[in-house]
Amino acid sequence: MTEPTRADFFAKNTLGITTTLTDIQDTISFLDDWEERYSYIIDLGRQLPGLPEADKVEENYIHGCQSQVWIVHQLDPETGRLFLLVDSDAMIVKGLAAIVLVAYNGKTPREILDLDIEAVFEELDLIRHLSPTRGNGLRSMVRRIRSLAEQYC
Amino acid sequence: MTAAVQPQRVFDPYEVRQEFPALNQEVNGKPLVYLDNAATSQKPEAVLQAMMHYYRFDNANVHRAAHTLSDRATRSFEQARLKVRSWLNAASPNEIIWTRGTTEAINLVAQSYGRSHLKAGDEIIISGMEHHSNIVPWQLVAQQTGALIKVIPVRENGTLDMDAYRQLLSERTKLVAVVHASNALGTINPVKEIIRLARQAGAVTLIDGAQASAHLRVDVQDLDCDFYALSGHKMFGPTGIGVLYGRESLLSIMPPWQAGGEMIDRVSFDTTTFNDLPFKFEAGTPAISQAIGFGAALDYLSQFNWEDIMAHEHKLLDRARELSQEIPGIRVMGDSENKVALLSFVVEGIHPSDFGTLLDHQGIAVRTGHHCCMPLMDQLAIPGTTRASFAFYNTLEDVEALFRAIQKIQKMFV
Repeated sequence: MTEPTRADFFAKNTLGITTTLTDIQDTISFLDDWEERYSYIIDLGRQLPGLPEADKVEENYIHGCQSQVWIVHQLDPETGRLFLLVDSDAMIVKGLAAIVLVAYNGKTPREILDLDIEAVFEELDLIRHLSPTRGNGLRSMVRRIRSLAEQYC
Repeated sequence: MTAAVQPQRVFDPYEVRQEFPALNQEVNGKPLVYLDNAATSQKPEAVLQAMMHYYRFDNANVHRAAHTLSDRATRSFEQARLKVRSWLNAASPNEIIWTRGTTEAINLVAQSYGRSHLKAGDEIIISGMEHHSNIVPWQLVAQQTGALIKVIPVRENGTLDMDAYRQLLSERTKLVAVVHASNALGTINPVKEIIRLARQAGAVTLIDGAQASAHLRVDVQDLDCDFYALSGHKMFGPTGIGVLYGRESLLSIMPPWQAGGEMIDRVSFDTTTFNDLPFKFEAGTPAISQAIGFGAALDYLSQFNWEDIMAHEHKLLDRARELSQEIPGIRVMGDSENKVALLSFVVEGIHPSDFGTLLDHQGIAVRTGHHCCMPLMDQLAIPGTTRASFAFYNTLEDVEALFRAIQKIQKMFV
């Protein structure tokens, strides 16, 4: 068996493709106790396909997170849409990263730059529950995705 | 042991914790269980009052002005130094230098003693379980002087390889800087033996006492170390104040490392002469209220028999070790018999950062990550640990709350 390629990982991801931000918003608003919310976030993280080991390198590494986070991307030349993969060794971080991914995945670079992510976080009532360090980590991911989008604008 | 106040109070952790205002609050809807004492300890009311009193009534600069307030401030500030002297059983108050904390104390020795005494080819021995604060200052001075750093390896059980240490010692060894108790593992190192062997080899010794000083009674004359560094804020005192104990014969030949203010004797544009010990190393206006607050913390601690405190902390650690055996997939880092009350662990499948977040939601404060010991974490081949560190005001109920929470988190990950 050959090692799965980056393309295989992209093909496996459904977050931001069939699972949308609205799905996540609906679910989170339905869960009112912290335990269920975190279990859901952990679950979202598990839905991420991960990353090939070869992609877990400095170039893709996001600094400013308490745990290790990597983001890779590819631009579909036909549709001009940007597709993303993200991975982390910590499950809650991975789940939060999954939410960021859902917000941005499959959008055009212009749409990515126009998206008001703070409003999304606000609506999900997410940032308020995160420690400042964790919130900074999430914003570092957002900054990376925006700077990737800027390359194609 | 020469405490400033003779112990007179029966130690009762339930009573004691009432005297620490920050412990008596709810966090995320749960009663706070504060298990991050290795990062910083909470402060008793007596410390807060002492600092407040200074600012309300005695606030003035020390050692200078010719007025009553300055006189009172100077008196309290110097009394605090005397309390540290007696707490550590130093031979003289001249051996007690105020610093901002352990880190600054180590940097002082590295830059003043190290830079003026080390030369190319000299060797500095540290250990594999050092905090970055007892690694990087030596790296800097090694770059500046050409000295080399040698590292005592850490064994599988989290103790130092003393045979390897003996092998490392030679006539090239000029300085040995080792942690008394590891902040990441809790291991209490045999520093007395380490110091004895270093002195035999003719090396100067520095002990990083940041962790140990909150758990053990330290007697610098008994240890026979040349330098001992500690932080006030880990000993129930305020942040911004720490101590470098230094043997007077060494301090007196060391050059100043920061200049200005109190450390000056006489200045002209041609030459400057420096003040005597301990002021030679205390440039600028010192942390007056913090020193006074730290003195109050030592008075507070002096009420108790330290043996009672140690016995209580042992009980906490024993219970934690016992309960950890019921957690599937847990690996406790460092199983030395000789440990301060601290449990550093990893649990299969759950990242320390996840533990930190989910424990916090249950009102339990711990530290997660590499604990500023990246070389040690590399050796253990883990990204970090979850660390529950206890103080004398913690109770068996706190330990049990931690393990209930760990079990709950494990269920979330199933």
